[in-house]
Amino acid sequence: MTSRKTFTRRHLGQTALAGATLIGAPLPLRYAAAQTAGNLKVALLLPTSGIQAQIGQACRRGGDVANEVFADMKMPVKLEIANYDTESKPDVARTQAEKAIDAGAQMLVGAFDSGQTIAIAQVAEQRGVPMVVNIAAAPQITEQGYKFIVRNFPTAPMLITGALALHKEIFKVSGKTPKTAVLMSINDTFGTAMVNGIKALFPKLDMPYEIVDTITYDPAAKDLSVEVGKAKATKAELLMPVSRLNDAKLLIQEMVKQRWEPMGVMNPGAPGLYEQDFFKTMGKYSDFLISNVPWLDPKSAMTQALEKRHAAKFPKDQLDINGGFTFEGLLVAAQAWLTAKSTKADALMDALRKTRIDQHVIIGGPIQFDAKGQNVNIKAAAVENLKRKPTVVLPLEAAAAPLVFPMPGWNDKRRT
Amino acid sequence: MTSDFLLNLAQAVTKGLLTGMVYGLMALGLSVIFGVMRVVNFAHGEMMVVGMYLAWMGFEYLEVSPLLSLPLIAAIFFAVGYGLQRSLISPFIGRPEHQQFLLLLAVAILLVNACLAIAGPDSRGVQMESQFDSYELGPLVLDAVRLHAALAAVAIALLLWLFFSRTRTGKSIRAAADNHLAALVVGLDVRRLYAFTFGVGAACVGAAGALMITIIPVTPFLAAEYTLLAFVIVIVGGLGSMTGALMGGLLIGVSEAVAGLLVQPSLKSMFSFGLLILVLLLRPQGLFGKSNS
Repeated sequence: MTSRKTFTRRHLGQTALAGATLIGAPLPLRYAAAQTAGNLKVALLLPTSGIQAQIGQACRRGGDVANEVFADMKMPVKLEIANYDTESKPDVARTQAEKAIDAGAQMLVGAFDSGQTIAIAQVAEQRGVPMVVNIAAAPQITEQGYKFIVRNFPTAPMLITGALALHKEIFKVSGKTPKTAVLMSINDTFGTAMVNGIKALFPKLDMPYEIVDTITYDPAAKDLSVEVGKAKATKAELLMPVSRLNDAKLLIQEMVKQRWEPMGVMNPGAPGLYEQDFFKTMGKYSDFLISNVPWLDPKSAMTQALEKRHAAKFPKDQLDINGGFTFEGLLVAAQAWLTAKSTKADALMDALRKTRIDQHVIIGGPIQFDAKGQNVNIKAAAVENLKRKPTVVLPLEAAAAPLVFPMPGWNDKRRT
Repeated sequence: MTSDFLLNLAQAVTKGLLTGMVYGLMALGLSVIFGVMRVVNFAHGEMMVVGMYLAWMGFEYLEVSPLLSLPLIAAIFFAVGYGLQRSLISPFIGRPEHQQFLLLLAVAILLVNACLAIAGPDSRGVQMESQFDSYELGPLVLDAVRLHAALAAVAIALLLWLFFSRTRTGKSIRAAADNHLAALVVGLDVRRLYAFTFGVGAACVGAAGALMITIIPVTPFLAAEYTLLAFVIVIVGGLGSMTGALMGGLLIGVSEAVAGLLVQPSLKSMFSFGLLILVLLLRPQGLFGKSNS
């Protein structure tokens, strides 16, 4: 039995109509069509449980809306994102990275914490799979000659230099300068890198205050009363905490209990003080603490799109730099794939090295990586907690509210 | 300079004493069980973590302060401890120590994994209004939550002392602990007394858990740390001695606080273990323990 197919005028009309529909379709439909077959498989490795769970989950929310923001920004790309939980432990991070690669991940993004990131980077390097670091400041990540790692986050020295420069600006703007400071830091990979960096950079930066003591503690500490007691005993006028979220809460709680009211609490480039859970737990005591960190650029169209999508999907959650940097990590991956037009590791790495992304979400110049795989264009902002919200107060051109320094006392009327 | 240092030292000692009282209550349960039954409860820290979770759940879902839910938690622990002893531990009394160890280790693993399955691995804490409060006593500042917990711990220890020294059951338990054979000869129901003792020990741990959650947040993995801490305290104080457990708790609390002030806070645990080694070398039976010889 045979069938005869003839190309009639009716068929010609139908084909022409289909072609015209496709060409004439609204742009979003065309981008949606482009976001289908042959997508890049990205493993997003984050500490969504364990001691860093809240921050890990904040990072993940940035990843969860990434494809929608790409569509809003008319990027013809849709990533296949698989989430992996590192449980806040480097050994689990390593195992999860291996599992992700075995499952076919063509690029890795993560992992918030330096220790976990180093563990994943070793696997990525061994297996030849490109990795984009979203958040991790330990300098060694981009100092070991790795071929498959790029980092879109400042190194500890970059964080410190930016933050301490902002300290001086804060003193200049407020007209008040503390003479002494105490440095309190977690003793994990990130904390140690920060403390060593501060000790090395401090003499070169001509700071107006002296660091009278450095107190380190376990990031999983359940009680910081002894540590805060010791810091209070120094009578330092400024507290510089290098913290994570949980210990930042313990730290401020103990300061309130022990009635220690220094001139200010200003971190030298660390998380902990601006996270949503920090505001929720600390209430009025969260206000007037200052973080000197990279921050979201409110004027960027992409930031606005990210904020809109984030607010729609997670109405109860605040978008912060954890979500912002994770989104940017995926943006870097997506752009590399668009440039490479291939999922092969070498092609993706070539594309990553040539990356130049002008339109992104964090304050600073275009996302570009130097020979070591480090983005050196990220800038810091002074973010003060005002009315339970992290608010940019410096640099002045990006300020959303005036700076309040020195910090009002714990029972001051301005805390409501 | 000197007066500042002395004030800081006094502040550290006070804080150490307050924390040490809760430590002491926690170790009391372990000491009571061993003193009477000669069974070392290797699931001690895990039981305390369960107590912390119960208090957290009461606060989170029913908005009941841990200090108010404490009596109920202690009662639940007493009942569960009593049942556990009669059903599971009783057959192991008198058996080789490694068998007891494995049994209680299994109980510990089950408890930790049950906590993990129910509450997840995240840190859970209670955020009470008094969490930020403190009292001034002359130049000293006392943490309100710690002070409340310490006072409750002292009250419970006092009740326990009254129970063992004034009640018929308490005296019978002490008699059974002193001479097992003689207790049987005079007609005491030793099996029931042992179960009662395990229940009392468990109630102490449950109460300590309810107090501890007001001071620190809980995760399932905290359990091993507390089992170890309870062992350090009772070995320093003297295994089986109630006074020893309380004094050991105070000693460890103060040594950690003072070491944190004088040396480096991250090294404070080193001093507890240093103290343990010193006691084991110089007075193996513990500061308040009775020598075997």
